[in-house]
Amino acid sequence: MHLRRLASVARAGAVPLPNRLRTFSWGALQKIGFCCKTSVDERERMDYDIVIVGAGPAGLSAAIKLKQLSGKHDKPLSVCVIEKGAEVGAHIISGNVFETRALDELLPDWKEQGAPVKVPVSTDKFWWLTSQRAISLPSPFQNDGNFVISLSELVRWLAKKAEDLGVEIYPGFAGSEILFDDQGGKVIGVATNDMGISKDGSRKSNYQRGVELRGKLTLFGEGCRGSLSQKLIKKYCLRELADAQHQTYGLGVKEVWEVEKSKHQPGLVLHTVGWPLDSKTYGGSFLYHMDNCKVAVGLVVALDYKDPYLNIYEEFQRFKTHPSIRSLLEGGTVLQYGARTVNEGGFQSIPKPVFPGGALIGCSAGFLNAPKIKGTHTAMKSGILAAESAFATLMNAQDSEPNMENFWSALKDSWIWDELYVARNYRPAFKYGLLPGLAISAFEKYISCGRFPWTLKHGEPDHKATEVADKHQQKAYPKPDGNISFDLLTNLHRSNTNHDHDQPVHLQLKEERIPLTVNAPRFAGPESRYCPARVYEYITDNNGNLKLQINAQNCLHCKACDIKDPLQNIEWTVPEGGGGPGYSVM
Amino acid sequence: MSMNPFCEIALEEALRVKESGAASEVVIVSMGNEKCTEVLRTGLAMGADRGIHVATERPLYPLAVAKLLQALVRKEEPGLLLLGKQAIDDDCNQTGQMVAGFLNWPQGTFASKVKVDKSENCVHVEREIDGGLESLRLQLPAVITTDLRLNQPRYATLPNIMKAKKKPIAKVTPEELQVEITEDFDILEVVEPDKRKAGVMLSSVDELLDKLKNEAHVL
Repeated sequence: MHLRRLASVARAGAVPLPNRLRTFSWGALQKIGFCCKTSVDERERMDYDIVIVGAGPAGLSAAIKLKQLSGKHDKPLSVCVIEKGAEVGAHIISGNVFETRALDELLPDWKEQGAPVKVPVSTDKFWWLTSQRAISLPSPFQNDGNFVISLSELVRWLAKKAEDLGVEIYPGFAGSEILFDDQGGKVIGVATNDMGISKDGSRKSNYQRGVELRGKLTLFGEGCRGSLSQKLIKKYCLRELADAQHQTYGLGVKEVWEVEKSKHQPGLVLHTVGWPLDSKTYGGSFLYHMDNCKVAVGLVVALDYKDPYLNIYEEFQRFKTHPSIRSLLEGGTVLQYGARTVNEGGFQSIPKPVFPGGALIGCSAGFLNAPKIKGTHTAMKSGILAAESAFATLMNAQDSEPNMENFWSALKDSWIWDELYVARNYRPAFKYGLLPGLAISAFEKYISCGRFPWTLKHGEPDHKATEVADKHQQKAYPKPDGNISFDLLTNLHRSNTNHDHDQPVHLQLKEERIPLTVNAPRFAGPESRYCPARVYEYITDNNGNLKLQINAQNCLHCKACDIKDPLQNIEWTVPEGGGGPGYSVM
Repeated sequence: MSMNPFCEIALEEALRVKESGAASEVVIVSMGNEKCTEVLRTGLAMGADRGIHVATERPLYPLAVAKLLQALVRKEEPGLLLLGKQAIDDDCNQTGQMVAGFLNWPQGTFASKVKVDKSENCVHVEREIDGGLESLRLQLPAVITTDLRLNQPRYATLPNIMKAKKKPIAKVTPEELQVEITEDFDILEVVEPDKRKAGVMLSSVDELLDKLKNEAHVL
């Protein structure tokens, strides 16, 4: 669309306009995009060889690997990555004690290139907490050679490397719809959501139709419980095809603190179990000393908990008041807060990640090693393997239709498979309780080394585990002191989360009435407790009737509600791109 | 790095002026280090035609920015200069006024409505002031600074972001513009505000009076 510059025309009798303010005829202006005449339902379309949804460790590793292969074999490839966060890294949150295995493969000279992987693990501690004491136990982790990092920072660095190689990365654009071919059997890309739609569904003055990104292959790296990935798993029966069980999850809440210099020990890694969680609730805390007096601290609780009154956020605040933890944090300031669900299903829950037209990578498929509590290295490796498979099939003249079947076999031949196989029985063992779980885990670790030919199965899906409120009692949590512990809304502010409030609510209820007919009376409204962003609030309206208020603006995109709602009535859909948290050191 | 919200509104207004037929080209300017090019690319993606990056690592205060804009205006000869009313990091609200002074151009600040009148070679501006709304008619060329209510900036679409990569961004230094950047003031100290002390519960009015008199010394 080029605008021809016309010389100013002096109309008869008018004063000629100065050169500085040249005029146009309307004819030349007809094609300006904003008031353009294309059909309202048509979307503009952009074509690529590979489209990747999600600029996370898996997506960016895949993008980088694709460009490396393209350069090595001198075969040009167009690669596009879309990311729903306002910038790369904004939606990335993780512990994180990083194993460099996959990064070593992807970018062997990452150290010389200045990757933000600089704090080696110096000490590895493991405590059993009671309300007053901390009992030191031998650490079950082997973190020698690993690094304490901010995954958000690492991902931003990976994005720069990807862009240097020619990958196009578009933050602020959310993949909201999967595109299928005319027969509906093959994925041909994704579409971003329409922007500028108001809460009631009408179009605002800045309405902008979404755009179609079509790829010969599309990779989905949306992270744990990705919204499009869930649809693909269902449509293509990907769990059934792999004889896999359902996925199980945990919810992690995390803060990054700046502590007093004298208390800071870079590389110190601490994990705790026990208090404040009871023996029926699987979970534990982490505390990692990063660089520059920063300390990452958080609590991860498995979502198969039974007590509907459990409030994971409050348990985390309570945890920090433990004498051994409080002493470190006193005098410090909280820099950021955030929360995200993680996969815990491991080996038993891996779906077949390949479908016609693309694949799932990273946590969207689910390669996190639960007992090791690490998923970054496996996510990156899955991205690398997917890229190799995608490249091979695109270059293979024999393949009339590119297909990534050999990604599935490559995964099974890789160290991801071996690692997850050996780790498969730890987490499911805890469905028998804390002590049996620890006993079986010890057996698996020190005796069978994961090689005994038995595979424990997961218990029921997380959302079915919640028991009725009558069986439990309200929990009394301590009031926040504003020093070590904080009320949720104050903390939420530190996540930098925001959404344009005038847009359709992205948390959709399949049945409007269920919160009032089931969630509230039977389960005491658990969503008002597990949501780490106070999105769900039960209030009484002016007529004294109970009502569920959804504060969608607060959402941290953690996906806990999509996972834990007892009747699976809540569906998390993606809001307008650019919204959500703004993590930078998480 | 993101565009100052008021500047985004100024850019949106410039695009609307061009779309109304009153202008032929929208040129955007950003001053500072390399990160400015990201902001310029966003502006080009919204629809601006070309960008100018005034490259400097020195800290820039409104007076310096106004001098640099004056030099650019002499070079480019625009008919209308649109700026955000203030930056949200320093809240100065000075640049637009200063550059209007340097150029000796009329100014309409805190604009909540802008309408260019080609036939009269002027622009009508409605300003938000303490007492209400003020309507001005300014001869062109003029300086306008924009306020929140002026418009709702458009989204940059993916195809436009891609097209923006091909649009030119010219790089120029203060030395080339023959502007000397002097640091007009020193920042001595930046401190966090004092932490609010917890309130004290009192048991009687007498206690309150006693505290107001003897502790707070306000009575």
